[in-house]
Amino acid sequence: MQAGSQDRRVELTRALRDAGVTALLAFGLFLPLIGFETQQNIRNELILTTRLPLLFTIVAIVGVGRLVYSLALDPWLKQRTMRPPQATPSAWRAPVAKWFIPFSIGFVIAYPIIVVAIKGLGGAVKWVDNFGIQILIYVMLGWGLNIVVGLAGLLDLGYVAFYAVGAYSYALLAKTFGFSFWILLPLAGLLSSFWGILLGFPVLRLRGDYLAIVTLAFGEIIRIVLINWVDLTNGYAGISGIPRPTFFGISFNANDDGFAAVFGLEFSPIYRTIFLYYLILALAFLTAFVTVRLRRLPVGRAWEALREDEIACRSLGINTTNTKLTAFAMGAMFAGFAGSFFAARQGFVSPESFTFLESATILSIVVLGGMGSQIGVAIAAIVMIGGTEIMRELDFLKQIFGSAFDPTQYRMLLFGFAMVLIMIWKPRGLISSRDPSVFLKERKSISSDLVKEGHG
Amino acid sequence: MEIFLQQLINGITLGSIYGLIAIGYTMVFGIIGMVNFAHGDVFMVSAFIALIAFLILTTWLGITSISLALLIVLVVAMLFTSMVNWVIERLAYRPLRGSFRLAPLISAIGMSIFLSNFVQVSQGPRNKSTPPMIQGEFVLLDSNNFAVTLSFKQLVIWGITALLLMAFWYLVAKTKLGRAQRACEQDQKMAALVGVDVDRTISMTFVIAAALSAVAGTMYLMYYGVVSFSDGFVPGVKAFTAAVLGGIGSLPGAVIGGILIGLIETMWSAYFSIDYKDVAAFSVLAITLIFLPQGLFGRPDVEKV
Amino acid sequence: MVAASDILLSVEHLTMRFGGLVAVDDLSFQARQGDITALIGPNGAGKTTVFNCITGFYKPSEGRLGLCHGDASVWSELEALTDSGKRSVTRGDGALYQLERLPDFLVTQQARVARTFQNIRLFPGMTVLENLLVAQHNRLMLASGYTLIGILGFPSYAAAERAAIDKARMWLDRVGLIERADDPAGDLPYGAQRRLEIARAMCTEPVLLCLDEPAAGLNPRESAELNALLLTIRNEYAISILLIEHDMSVVMEISDHLIVLDYGVKISDGPPEIVRNDPKVIAAYLGVADEEVAQVEAEVGL
Repeated sequence: MQAGSQDRRVELTRALRDAGVTALLAFGLFLPLIGFETQQNIRNELILTTRLPLLFTIVAIVGVGRLVYSLALDPWLKQRTMRPPQATPSAWRAPVAKWFIPFSIGFVIAYPIIVVAIKGLGGAVKWVDNFGIQILIYVMLGWGLNIVVGLAGLLDLGYVAFYAVGAYSYALLAKTFGFSFWILLPLAGLLSSFWGILLGFPVLRLRGDYLAIVTLAFGEIIRIVLINWVDLTNGYAGISGIPRPTFFGISFNANDDGFAAVFGLEFSPIYRTIFLYYLILALAFLTAFVTVRLRRLPVGRAWEALREDEIACRSLGINTTNTKLTAFAMGAMFAGFAGSFFAARQGFVSPESFTFLESATILSIVVLGGMGSQIGVAIAAIVMIGGTEIMRELDFLKQIFGSAFDPTQYRMLLFGFAMVLIMIWKPRGLISSRDPSVFLKERKSISSDLVKEGHG
Repeated sequence: MEIFLQQLINGITLGSIYGLIAIGYTMVFGIIGMVNFAHGDVFMVSAFIALIAFLILTTWLGITSISLALLIVLVVAMLFTSMVNWVIERLAYRPLRGSFRLAPLISAIGMSIFLSNFVQVSQGPRNKSTPPMIQGEFVLLDSNNFAVTLSFKQLVIWGITALLLMAFWYLVAKTKLGRAQRACEQDQKMAALVGVDVDRTISMTFVIAAALSAVAGTMYLMYYGVVSFSDGFVPGVKAFTAAVLGGIGSLPGAVIGGILIGLIETMWSAYFSIDYKDVAAFSVLAITLIFLPQGLFGRPDVEKV
Repeated sequence: MVAASDILLSVEHLTMRFGGLVAVDDLSFQARQGDITALIGPNGAGKTTVFNCITGFYKPSEGRLGLCHGDASVWSELEALTDSGKRSVTRGDGALYQLERLPDFLVTQQARVARTFQNIRLFPGMTVLENLLVAQHNRLMLASGYTLIGILGFPSYAAAERAAIDKARMWLDRVGLIERADDPAGDLPYGAQRRLEIARAMCTEPVLLCLDEPAAGLNPRESAELNALLLTIRNEYAISILLIEHDMSVVMEISDHLIVLDYGVKISDGPPEIVRNDPKVIAAYLGVADEEVAQVEAEVGL
């Protein structure tokens, strides 16, 4: 009893000391950038103002947070890891796993209808567009990049280049030649995969981080060219007035031959949005379907074998050059599809949409989801993109923090922070076990500890 | 010829800044095999710290001696930036050491996004421009319509870079810390077995990297007189290019690589197209990695069967 | 030079230099069809380098590596092949390859030389069965119409895959791993990983199987099993084996022909009973000069 309270006292003192040190550190960290603010005055000179209350609030939050962590959270976490793992998974797991995929597919198909039912025709546009279409584009891009990074183990930081090629191919060809969306979609995919091979070829010998950096450089080169080749791309200003996709030749406009008029409906932008939603949903399903099929084909197994051990692959007579190039080409093709969809949806493309941040976002979705796992990637896309989109919807915070507070400002700040946190929490991503592509008697999923991450 | 000479001077100046950042990349890569993606943003943060320190000194404390102010700014920026990088390593990279290879990379990318947005939110998205800190120049050559000049601030940059490189070289080559770093680079487990505190050595590596990038940040601010939250990415990538060009893991390589990248950029701007100067730098990166993956001074990486 | 009618592999004047280091110096030897040929020698003698040259992972600095399929009379084309600069030549039932001209994956794919590695190289995150299917990549790739037929789900591919699985099953039975077919390869114990690597190499349908220290790390019982497995491969499947081995119980028991390397130079070549008594070999293994052998032997009581 006595010893127990002694221990408790020691623990408390240590926790308090830790909290003090952390708060002091936080003070030092935030002093320059939070404690002071640089502002331009009327004469355009920089002046300094202080924000000491804010600084001390943050320091206090950090200190108290640390105290709570060492007194409550840390012992709790330790206890949890000490507890022996349950021998049998809990009873609800199996049915959840079984019904999860059919339920999710049903939900995404019904999503626009649910939203319209809740929000009405006018209010639904934003929800279908920002949360539906936006997330699905990233799901599709994530699945495409997953082929390159997750399956073949090739780290590509310039994936956005192929997305850009797809978008600009659609924009330029649609405007110049007036081809329809359905002709240009495969064409954009082809052009992108051609670029995938073109850029893939010189970097085949590179491994790991070097490959990542060169692909990043290629991505940036393509963006800079898009900015500076004004004759073709109209530079920073971008290309606007890109023809929109039509519903079997019927446009979504307010004219007499528009979609609403033909079907005897009242005109509303929601029809186009819903059409686009199902379009990208179909494209995403196509990506998923093809990827699942490819994994069970020799080429898919060769990708995974390449990720596991390239030298062993070569010793088995596998042409690793071609294997890598097909991975690049496949990944790029889906990015091209997504890109042409993007251009068709926006009606406008500019180099702004294809920065390194996009590549980083897509890659982080793949890694956070768990490399190679389709469901994991989809969940990561919903969490990361949906999470940042929801920041736009938090206007009620203005009532708490005052009208000068703009939650959208903190979108990317929290996005970056979340990337770090999720990596520390689950370094191998949300769903990290690997599902074998073929089995003799019983399908057993493979622990992530054994699966390699690739070196190239 | 005059243009060439002028661009040579400008290129070496720019290259010194890249070189200082590049050392950070090369050291961190050497010791934990990770491309520290956030390093460019640490450089940007250091420029902001320098800016704020400079404003406090000149507008609030009324220090008129520029050289004194600059010296204090340099020390303050180095101190605070080192602390920032130390904390980043502790929070974002150390928990991931020895785990999945991509995890620290993603964590670093996340950190990079966090830092640039943190500065954007806390200091605003606009460019921050300071009045010129050091004015005046030597005219080296004056032909009838073009004067080749070497400004005082360029001289200061050259001088400080040279001085710090010497101090840094002493640190790495002659001290216990430097020896511990080289040991960790070779084999962390073995180093730990013979009594090297690996965690501390890695922390110190991040601190030194940050200190050098703070020097670069201060000089960047002084040279261009303007900084914004988005200024971390491009110099960061170029400095990484420099590190790769010099041979990643090689410290003199990083400096020489930096100067080469600075020269390529300024020469390209002068003789070809200023719009495509970044393309030139990135192409150099790609070409180097493809044809000379070990860089100019790096050790070749032999594939083991 | 190439006289015997049953030569499978002919290594002539093979030299491999790494910078100033000569790892293999002017090595010539031949391996006969249906033989188990062992390459032995002290550590650092250059055995693995020879392997890497034969299997295309290294490009030899000098030398010619001929390999023959089928009718051995095709050897007479060797000089013509060398002069023509081509990789291979086919005549009637025979084909002749110059291995040093093939990139590594073609050595397996076309010349049908399979290998294992000293430090086992499996695909640890894939199941045992998947490992064996990857080994049948080229045949399956063809059957899947370079992915096109496969992705559309034609039954012809499904049949090819079933055949590949049957083949894998057969080899898993042979090496006693059928129970573990659905487990990840990285989970297998060491000895089983060695056997799996051999089974995987066999799934590429080689004419020559190159094994780099297959008995390393095995206990005596596993070693004996390995002997039996290698003899089965040779006797039932008529596949020739080239092996590097330190375990003399394996080497002496099963090999038909020994080649001894020391410092990259061949010091002995012949059947086991002759090589075993060659003073040069004993000297190399004991690490002394030839003339001191008798004395050292007396000292250690051999």
